[in-house]
Amino acid sequence: MTAIWRRKKYLEWAGQAIVLAIVVGLLVMFGHNLDQSLKRLGLRLGFKFLDSQAGFSVAESIIPYDPSQSYSRVLLVGFLNSLKVIFSSLTAATIIGVVAGIARLSDNWLVRQMAKVYVEALRNLPLLLQLLFWYFVVFLALPKADNAISLGFIQISRSGINLFGLALSPEFSSLFAGLTFYTGTFIAEIVRGSIKGVDRGQSEAARALGLSAGVTLRRVIFPQALRTMIPSLANQYLNLAKNSSLAIAIGYPDLYAISSTTFNQTGRAVEMMILISITYLTVSLTIAGLLNAYNSRMQRSLR
Amino acid sequence: MTNTIETAENEIIENQPILIAHDVSKWFGKFQVLRNANLQVKAGEVVVIMGPSGSGKSTFIRTFNALEPYQEGRITIDGIPLTEDIQNIDQIRRDVGMVFQQFNLFPHLTVLENVTLAPIQVRKFTKPQANEIARQLLDRVGILEQAQKYPGKLSGGQQQRVAIARALAMEPKIMLFDEPTSSLDPEMVREVLDVMRSLAKSGMTMLVVTHEVGFAREVADRVVFMDAGQVIEDTTPAEFFTQPKEARSKLFLSQIL
Amino acid sequence: MNTKITIKPVRWVQKNLFNTPYNTVLTILCVWVLWNILSSLFSWLSQSEWAVISENLRLFLVGRFPESQLWRMGAIALIPILIASTLVVRRSQAWNFVLIPLGLASITWLANGGFGLPLIRSSLWGGLFLTLFAAAISTALAFPLGLLLALGRRSELPVIRGISTIYIELVRGLPLIGILFMAQVMLPLVVPFRLDRLLRAILGLTFFNAAYLAENIRSGLQSLPLGQSEAARSLGLNSIQTLRFIILPQALRLVIPAIVGQFISLFKDTSLLALFALFELTGIARSILSQPQFIGRNGEVYLFIGLIYWMFCFGLSQFSKRLEVRSS
Ligand SMILES: Nc1ncnc2c1ncn2[C@@H]1O[C@H](COP(=O)(O)OP(=O)(O)OP(=O)(O)O)[C@@H](O)[C@H]1O
Ligand SMILES: [Mg+2]
Repeated sequence: MTAIWRRKKYLEWAGQAIVLAIVVGLLVMFGHNLDQSLKRLGLRLGFKFLDSQAGFSVAESIIPYDPSQSYSRVLLVGFLNSLKVIFSSLTAATIIGVVAGIARLSDNWLVRQMAKVYVEALRNLPLLLQLLFWYFVVFLALPKADNAISLGFIQISRSGINLFGLALSPEFSSLFAGLTFYTGTFIAEIVRGSIKGVDRGQSEAARALGLSAGVTLRRVIFPQALRTMIPSLANQYLNLAKNSSLAIAIGYPDLYAISSTTFNQTGRAVEMMILISITYLTVSLTIAGLLNAYNSRMQRSLR
Repeated sequence: MTNTIETAENEIIENQPILIAHDVSKWFGKFQVLRNANLQVKAGEVVVIMGPSGSGKSTFIRTFNALEPYQEGRITIDGIPLTEDIQNIDQIRRDVGMVFQQFNLFPHLTVLENVTLAPIQVRKFTKPQANEIARQLLDRVGILEQAQKYPGKLSGGQQQRVAIARALAMEPKIMLFDEPTSSLDPEMVREVLDVMRSLAKSGMTMLVVTHEVGFAREVADRVVFMDAGQVIEDTTPAEFFTQPKEARSKLFLSQIL
Repeated sequence: MNTKITIKPVRWVQKNLFNTPYNTVLTILCVWVLWNILSSLFSWLSQSEWAVISENLRLFLVGRFPESQLWRMGAIALIPILIASTLVVRRSQAWNFVLIPLGLASITWLANGGFGLPLIRSSLWGGLFLTLFAAAISTALAFPLGLLLALGRRSELPVIRGISTIYIELVRGLPLIGILFMAQVMLPLVVPFRLDRLLRAILGLTFFNAAYLAENIRSGLQSLPLGQSEAARSLGLNSIQTLRFIILPQALRLVIPAIVGQFISLFKDTSLLALFALFELTGIARSILSQPQFIGRNGEVYLFIGLIYWMFCFGLSQFSKRLEVRSS
């Protein structure tokens, strides 16, 4: 009989048990220290505080809110504000990214160069810096609202953007612009790469059939490129969702900013950390799930 | 290097089976690849394994150096049972050399480093000792002048000869070959078979999966025919190629001859 | 002769800008956009004042590092140059693993002091130095962790694979700002000893970065043919030897461009430290802008530090492109 410590299976399980023990040991140690620290601070874990009055006001909200309402309400306000900026910039970034990506392959020299400068300039700058720039240098330096710059149905001024009478705060507008233009550069690179990846023969065949360049791109090249794009696009959407948490730097009340204020008022580090993590993980998983579902449907229909 | 030949000759004299596979069965998930496969190889013997694609030839020989685990039966190599025992597995891997269809040379190491890596790391030879052995072996397979090149610069036939030298540098007791010439251009098949032929003459115990009928006829002591995970015929080359017993062997031969 | 030369640019313009009616429209549109951007840029430039940069140059570069000790920053600047030139001369992967940790250790010693040098509190570190330091050291620290996680996620052992996967996916699902928040607020609650603010931030960056590096390294491991490890095992090499001599040298060479890309991303991400009261490039910029005499000079300051960030990121991305071309 082979001695037990020379058996492969046994060694593997023993190794795993040791790793598990170390990880669990660390977690237990952390938990113990946490318990001690909380005792020292006179705090007890629990989410009851969410029902007490928040007491601070929030600059903008989709749902009715006033400071006499609870922490859970104000966190919901933050969450909805996050969703608002995530989904609007996600849409805009996709449009800008697709346009810029196609522009980088244009046969018009000026279009190509401008798209290139846009992509290379903005993706090599920290997003946080871009947000500060949009807020402090662009929006806060614009003329007052009664003197707004007007582009047809859009008015842009120090108090933000007015779109068909829909007023957007300068904080939202800066965050929206920053996220859109930053993510747009990455989407542009993805679009460009995927279009270039589509077989040249495809576009030659389409042109030979007498289709115009525009139709070839729209009906032949782009649908095929889309398939290879989707996993990378999903990644960029996830990044955008996570990056929206930089809102705090320019005072837009998103989930993270409001959680941070809540933490400052209550000292509830653990609870806020759990809440933030669960929320962002849920948003991330939802986006990933939606795109996966879309992806598998596309793959099936193409088979 | 002469001592390889000597030990091999000693083992011929002993005439004991150096490799015993008894009722070996293996499953990939639900799919059974090997069904009570049996094989015995004596020291110094050259055994060719043939069989249709997917019959389990590769899987079978890969169990002999524990690249594939098996679930039932037993395998003994040079008296050492191949079990879960990691010391036995280590010992058997040193005793059994393997040559792959795709050569599997290490592209980031020179030819010489490919050959010396295992002697230095596993057998704890000094670098000069290992280099000396490697040079002899590379000379023997006829590519000493390529020693400082990287494998990517060599032709397929040369690469496969390096792979053989690399395996021999561990002074194995048995050499396994899994279709060593199948991914070579026709004009390079011969140079590799020549090396294998001279290796067989030197008394090396060899287990060769191949479809090279000429090689099997001339060099093999026995031909083993596998189908559907079983060894269904085990006989001399003369008999196998002229009067196969099994219907499946006949069908197979009619396809390759 | 003469006509040819004058005609060439005209032809070029015709061919590249006005070859179809559609392109003519696009060109005019682009010129209009460009005109608007450039004219507002020039009108801004005409009223910009750059004293805020020249008067604070030292702050931008090294933060509030004491003047008497500035030579230490000079010495630090030499170290990367020394390492880079040695690596160019001795092209061997093994040297990376000796020189880079050694270099970072000496940089840390020069900045922090001790062993004969006066100690300098990390709250005085800042500017470009801190940005580069934080990015470099957290990449170096994250690398071994990322390597372990990548190997763990590819392991056949379910417990190890599970732990690695959970870690990687959890961290990648969270925004960096959340992880830095945890590092600042939670770490002091769960470890029994005191951690410096900068150290907490660096640990946060490290834990964050390790998850991404792990995925990069994993893709390199995945792209190696299975035959490589089989050949190594059949020669009798054990799993550690196989990893060390066969798998890692090849996999790491493949993923260098991706690792450089991850470094660029981390370099940009260090700006988030500004939100946690640290004075790296963005942090020092904000603190300068809060001084009464420099209020309103946002454009100048952000443009200046933007240029610095951009040069590093763009330079590195060109470098990694070159590596990619060379390795393929
Ligand atoms: N890792 C694996 N997982 C699942 N099935 C496998 C695996 N490796 C091999 N098989 C299956 O086991 C069977 C035997 O494979 P094996 O490679 O041993 O055949 P072979 O006789 O060497 O064939 P060939 O002549 O094509 O090399 C095949 O049906 C193959 O599909
Ligand atoms: Mg096979």
